Amino acid sequence: MFRTGYAMRLVTLAEEDDFDGWRDAARSLAGARVAPQDVAWRVGESAGDLFAAAAGPVAPGSAAAQGAPAFSVPRGFVALAETVICHSDPERFSLLYALLLRVRDQPRVLDDAADPLVRRLEIMAKGVRRDIHKMHAFVRFREAEDADGSRFVAWFEPEHHIVRAGAPFFARRFASMRWSILTPELSVHWDGARLTESPGASRADAPNGDPIEETWKTYYASIFNPARLKIGAMVKEMPRKYWKNMPETALVGELIAGAQAREARMVDRSRDDIGGNAGVAWEGVRAEAMACTRCPLYRDGTQTVFGEGPLDAPLMFVGEQPGDQEDLAGRPFIGPAGQLFDRALGEAGIDRSAAYVTNAVKHFKFERRGKRRIHAKPDGGEIDACRWWLDQERSLLRPQITVALGATAARSLFGRVVTISSMRGQAQQARDGGETWVTVHPSFLLRVRDNKEEEYARFVEDLVQIGKRLEALS
Amino acid sequence: MSRLDTREKLAILADAAKYDASCASSGTSKRDSRDGKGIGSTEGMGICHAYAPDGRCISLLKILLTNSCIFDCHYCINRKSSNVRRARFTAEEVVQLTLSFYRRNYIEGVFLSSGIIRSSNYTMEQIVEVARSLREDHDFRGYIHLKTIPDADPELVRLAGVHADRVSINVELPTERGLQRLAPEKDGTRIEGAMKDVKLAIDDRQDAKKRYKSAPSFAPAGQSTQMIVGADSANDRDIMLKASSLYDRFGLRRVYYSAFSPIPDASAVLPLNRPPLMREHRLYQSDWLMRFYGFTPVDVVNAAGDDGMLPLDIDPKLAWALKYRDNFPVDINRAPRETLLRIPGLGVKAVNRIVTSRRWRRLRLDDVARLSVSLAKIRPFIVTEDWRPTLLTDRADLTKWVKPQTQQLELFGA
Repeated sequence: MFRTGYAMRLVTLAEEDDFDGWRDAARSLAGARVAPQDVAWRVGESAGDLFAAAAGPVAPGSAAAQGAPAFSVPRGFVALAETVICHSDPERFSLLYALLLRVRDQPRVLDDAADPLVRRLEIMAKGVRRDIHKMHAFVRFREAEDADGSRFVAWFEPEHHIVRAGAPFFARRFASMRWSILTPELSVHWDGARLTESPGASRADAPNGDPIEETWKTYYASIFNPARLKIGAMVKEMPRKYWKNMPETALVGELIAGAQAREARMVDRSRDDIGGNAGVAWEGVRAEAMACTRCPLYRDGTQTVFGEGPLDAPLMFVGEQPGDQEDLAGRPFIGPAGQLFDRALGEAGIDRSAAYVTNAVKHFKFERRGKRRIHAKPDGGEIDACRWWLDQERSLLRPQITVALGATAARSLFGRVVTISSMRGQAQQARDGGETWVTVHPSFLLRVRDNKEEEYARFVEDLVQIGKRLEALS
Repeated sequence: MSRLDTREKLAILADAAKYDASCASSGTSKRDSRDGKGIGSTEGMGICHAYAPDGRCISLLKILLTNSCIFDCHYCINRKSSNVRRARFTAEEVVQLTLSFYRRNYIEGVFLSSGIIRSSNYTMEQIVEVARSLREDHDFRGYIHLKTIPDADPELVRLAGVHADRVSINVELPTERGLQRLAPEKDGTRIEGAMKDVKLAIDDRQDAKKRYKSAPSFAPAGQSTQMIVGADSANDRDIMLKASSLYDRFGLRRVYYSAFSPIPDASAVLPLNRPPLMREHRLYQSDWLMRFYGFTPVDVVNAAGDDGMLPLDIDPKLAWALKYRDNFPVDINRAPRETLLRIPGLGVKAVNRIVTSRRWRRLRLDDVARLSVSLAKIRPFIVTEDWRPTLLTDRADLTKWVKPQTQQLELFGA
């Protein structure tokens, strides 16, 4: 466009959110095809600026009077501009004017959300809408008495120039109350019928308390669940800049500090309380496990083979999975491996009836060979699916020592694949923190060809060591 | 027991109510009080008036009428055998508390539930009385959410729906087995029967409204329910299928998931671990996929692993995409909307913006960057005018590329 030695046009708007003023000026500037970079926008008191006359508020239709054709803009643009005007960014007037010129030539440009200018203004509009929404949410009224009775007064500090845009909501919601919202820039008042405005105020102009606030803070503290601390989620939705005018946020610090202690206390206390109904609980868990369908193994097995033994047992043995005989009988460790296990326990001086015996996987997994069902190793998914039951058993019993018999049990207890040889012979810590010892599964002793006697002796030796450790603990 | 003042009661009865996840105050009919009578308004979008450090919003005064209960549900802090301190509000106390909080703009309304005392009908009558008094005596036009008691008289449930914006009944546990074990007095069939009655009443009302403008309102914000996650043996697959069947059969607005958190005086039947918050989050994401992203229940179930659990380290949409890579890359400039919605990292709003923008231009990578939140996450799955991910989707280690690198610090690591 042609321009030379042409002075900057200065437009002065009456208010920060003076949409009508902006619209009139923008319309006449656009009519005269003034480029965006040739217009300076300001908000302020002083009329009579050097160039203000050139493009001050102009009556509708005057663009046509200047010889430029009138033009209309899509409704979406007006809505966008009305919102963006409330933004605190001083560039907003000029950005909107730049977009107005684009809209005139290309009315559908707003649909092109990927356009950098459109996108930038959309993001600004979003910021304004959010600030209005947060005003609706975070204004806190305090009841005060004045000459006419009670009035609800709030002090609020918005980020953008949104008080005027945000006020009608309160008129709809609290129509029968008399209220005022004071902000640094502008105050709005409702007398039961009309919204009025007055200049900005200061915090000291608002009441400094309300007796109900203590009750509200009691509610805020009580509805908070200390076991689910999620500070990030709170701050994202309730940014700190709003906190100073919300009474309940005074509690946030101590609630967070106390949360860990409160949760630990809850867990501890409930752990101490277990015992009374542990038997009922174990029966309940077992009954639920009998109908378990957490993995496909339930389809082929006869039944769930749950653990057994006294619920106050200090020692828990975890095997791999039930075998053919266990599957039919519904009890763990009664087949050939179980008999060998019993013999070894006897030699090591451990009373099986005083220990709790269970399996990492509670259904029999097998392959059919002719008439026989041959043991098949459970995979990681099956072990993980079944771990839920083992965890339940462990949280009910809380044994002093747990013994993982074989790699499957160890995987379940440690939550990862481990090698038995590297862990054998010393105390380990399971995933849930309990002391755990690792040794081979008795069926390994039945299977192994070389050094059968030695392997068996080593197994008994492991059990003896575990027995001694248990004695030392109790 | 010594007499408690309102604040002491509030502390007990709000504490007892905090395990209910629902706080929504949206989606009801539009009302205001500009006629100068009464107080309150509702306008489509709900407002969260505050947030607690647990990240949950506070939009409603969420309390129990009483925490005494004749039931003995193991997961519930208010069960008969628990040693918590008991308190009881009168209907009038709840009404006054609601109004005084509402006038100060602390809340949008009230969410009232109760332990069961004397009988289901007696309890339900008390709950309905609070709503009636708010609506009729005080012309309260804010939001009311009432929990209904499964076995209460249908007439009382109808009255609840007349006064309330939303009614809800908790299914509590995703499996019937879990319910039998943990809530022996509750009955899944009766709970679902009550949900069905509410659905029919809502349908009737909508039908009547077509013919008579003055037809009385019935729960205009619909009904919702809640499932506890991590208290029984149900895996994510069970939970997702249950949720989807509830949505289908009862037209629920929302299914809430509540990670089971240790409660004071817990029953020994329950896990005493930290609540599985990430699992809860993944379930909500899967819920969103079904409700807004056109995923079928089968799709979300397929995103779960062989053990029926959704991965915790990546979101279910990404998990689905990594599993079904033959659907990618997707051409941003050509693909239909429903295919765009399958791209991990692209939300509904971003998809809408892409669909309108591409009428005007062939989108390039930097256009997509402007329209979305994180280009890095999307890039391996899309084709644009100037970008084609060569072989990236065939890489065995693709997970490493797209998985979020940062991990939230465990505040209370075990």
